[in-house]
Amino acid sequence: MNAKLLAAGLLTIATPALAEMPVLTVLTYDSFTSDWGPGPAVEKAFEATCACDLRFVPAGDGAALLARVQLEGAASEADVVLGLDTSLTAAAAATGLFAPHGLTPETALPVDYADPLFLPFDWGWFAFVYDKTKLTEAPTSLEALAASDLKIVIEDPRSSTPGLGLLLWVKAAYGDRAGEIWAALADNIVTVTPGWSEAYGLFLEGEADMVLSYTTSPAYHLLAEGDDSKAAALFDEGHYLQIEVAGKLAASDQPALADQFLAFMLTDAFQSAIPETNWMYPAITPAAGLAKGFDAFRPAKSLLMSPAEAEATRDPALAEWQEALAK
Amino acid sequence: MTCARLPPLTSLLALLFVALVTAPLLAVAGRGSGLSLGPADWAAVRFSVTQALLSAIFSTLLAIPVARALARRRFAGRGLLITLMGAPFLLPAVVAVLGLLAIFGRSGLLNTGLQALGLPPLQIYGLHGVVLAHVFLNLPLATRMILQGWQAIPAERMRLAQSLGFGPREVFRHLEWPMLRDVLPGVALVILIICLTSFAVVITLGGGPKATTIELAIYQAVRFDFDLGRAAGLAGVQVLIGAFAALAAWALVKPAGFGAGLGRESPLPAPAGWRSLADAVVIAVTMLFLTLPLLAVLLRGLPGLVDLPESVLPAAGRSVAVALVSAALTTCLGLGFALAAARRSNWLVEAAATLPLATSGLVLGTGLFLIVQPFAPPMTLALPVTVLVNCALSLPYLYRILLPEARALQADYGRLADSLSLTGWPRLRWLVLPRLARPLGFGAGVAAALSMGDLGVIALFAGDHQATLPLVVQQLAGAYRIEAAAAAALILVTLSFALFWVFDAGGRRAAA
Repeated sequence: MNAKLLAAGLLTIATPALAEMPVLTVLTYDSFTSDWGPGPAVEKAFEATCACDLRFVPAGDGAALLARVQLEGAASEADVVLGLDTSLTAAAAATGLFAPHGLTPETALPVDYADPLFLPFDWGWFAFVYDKTKLTEAPTSLEALAASDLKIVIEDPRSSTPGLGLLLWVKAAYGDRAGEIWAALADNIVTVTPGWSEAYGLFLEGEADMVLSYTTSPAYHLLAEGDDSKAAALFDEGHYLQIEVAGKLAASDQPALADQFLAFMLTDAFQSAIPETNWMYPAITPAAGLAKGFDAFRPAKSLLMSPAEAEATRDPALAEWQEALAK
Repeated sequence: MTCARLPPLTSLLALLFVALVTAPLLAVAGRGSGLSLGPADWAAVRFSVTQALLSAIFSTLLAIPVARALARRRFAGRGLLITLMGAPFLLPAVVAVLGLLAIFGRSGLLNTGLQALGLPPLQIYGLHGVVLAHVFLNLPLATRMILQGWQAIPAERMRLAQSLGFGPREVFRHLEWPMLRDVLPGVALVILIICLTSFAVVITLGGGPKATTIELAIYQAVRFDFDLGRAAGLAGVQVLIGAFAALAAWALVKPAGFGAGLGRESPLPAPAGWRSLADAVVIAVTMLFLTLPLLAVLLRGLPGLVDLPESVLPAAGRSVAVALVSAALTTCLGLGFALAAARRSNWLVEAAATLPLATSGLVLGTGLFLIVQPFAPPMTLALPVTVLVNCALSLPYLYRILLPEARALQADYGRLADSLSLTGWPRLRWLVLPRLARPLGFGAGVAAALSMGDLGVIALFAGDHQATLPLVVQQLAGAYRIEAAAAAALILVTLSFALFWVFDAGGRRAAA
């Protein structure tokens, strides 16, 4: 009986729900397609216009996504990859698996960003988030943080994209002094976690005064929980940007539909779902504007390395980080 | 002698499991270029081995007094405590870490207490924190496995010891030590290998890049560098270390050879005096050490239960179904392997029942993906692959749990049963199942509970709309919903524990 059930279950998964409708497969990270991410709203809105079946395939987080694309190569079922960030796009472009999108949108990004292969769909500033009720005077720079005796939790740059973001942040802001900054930060770091959710969980449990997250994190607590106690510390040297992008795979068997999806990605229907599900800034500000919490912490200065620069910086910066923290 | 050779089906299955470990490794290596490992990789290997050795030694040594105290004392709540011993082991790593931090963390119970007394705080992050967490997770497993050993000493031997006027020291030398020689190497081996591949616990509590394990290096190699050759090289080193440890354990095992008893419940002598006090302290400290973090997990999860997302229920259903199928398969296989190995130790069975533990989850998943992809969309095979992987990963526990008693059974009744031509189903029904009910129930419980939790390996096969409970927990935590994630994790732990309890209690009742 069990075997029959199993077979029936497998069949329903294997057979496309509506065989005659074209299927657009979008490979993305887990939290995009979960019930609490933008996935469900985006799927509904796009399917209303495309006469197609939009399917999200979850593939772990941003870094796992790129490994998945490389693993599948040209044999991939996917048509669009959504959720890489600019520290990964150089490696992604080098695979030769992506095709140009041919669009030149006006975006609300705080820096100039254009890439023939990748289109931004949202972005955010990395920041250290803290609890205003426990910490009254937040440091105003990474250096001040390193000089303080505040305790922080960060993500590991070898397994998580925010961790890698911090690595590039320190390098972009301090250049040759990055090693020195890390050495000074070493005694502030309570621990390094494998991913963002573990770090944020430890912070909420009270294990650290600050956590590496985004300037938009306090907006989640404000809008979803009615809690205004969280804040993001604004640093004088500027904040490194995470720009999340999508690209079309050259081997797609639905290139027209993929183009249609990428164009749809920059419309209100997609963009308005982003802020309060992905808790990032939409690439193009929706007509209705952003909810109140999103303008609370806007750094004056944005830092970003070009994809090629980020790719070239990663290995030496990682070695520097390991050396400074292993002492 | 019909059964001296390995039955063909067992050989075939053992071969299949060895292939399940090696084929994905080779598939990954085949896609890479060269297996070169750098100095950082060797540092990761050294750290992994160090922390795993320490964790195994501490978990195993500390479990001996606990198991002995539980074996020879009777007190209210003893059964409950023995059952609870199954709980820490099946906590998802992140949940266990948060539970431990509620007690030992910077703002945990212990440091709050120390602060109130004006004492300096204790720091949990570092190698000692990693070992502490691994002892928390594995001490109960070790205790249960050693306790089985104590309970397997025939009552007749204990009575003989009493009538010969043996004191506790002589009982230890002539009865308990031989039993430990039989059981401990297997226990230490399993724990060593679990800790060798431990990932989230080590990074989170390790406190920084000093605590880099092989598994993290593999993560980096696959995900950021896409250097599959290096990933396969690292995974290969991990498997070799596991194989070496298995050989060492194999060489150390010395069957106790107590001979048959009539299978009566053995009233172990319970010495009075300071030993009674020591046992009470051991039990009390263990109970506190295990239950406080579990209580923290419970308290963290409760508030979120009221508005739990709807998707938790179907995900829980899927997880339980997968766990039951996996447990049934694993139990049949584990019993087959243990009985075959009890007749004659066989390296193929030994390898099939050990190596899956030492493989890297990420490399196993990636390799299976590479193997499957040319033939079918991996998503369509999510369920069978999950069951197969769960089976491979929980088989080693079941095998270690069954082996000592299967060996004793063979030594005591094997020849009698053979001479009566008691083979096949009747032998299973009238000899094996009744005699092995207790370890079978415990092992099946462990297998079922483990199959509820595993996630990493099959992440590549996950499709839309078929999330299992661990994935839902991860998705909730990734979407800021920490409270809901804690509640879903509590449900996961409760279900795993319930499955474990049903099998374990069933086995114990059948044995009584």
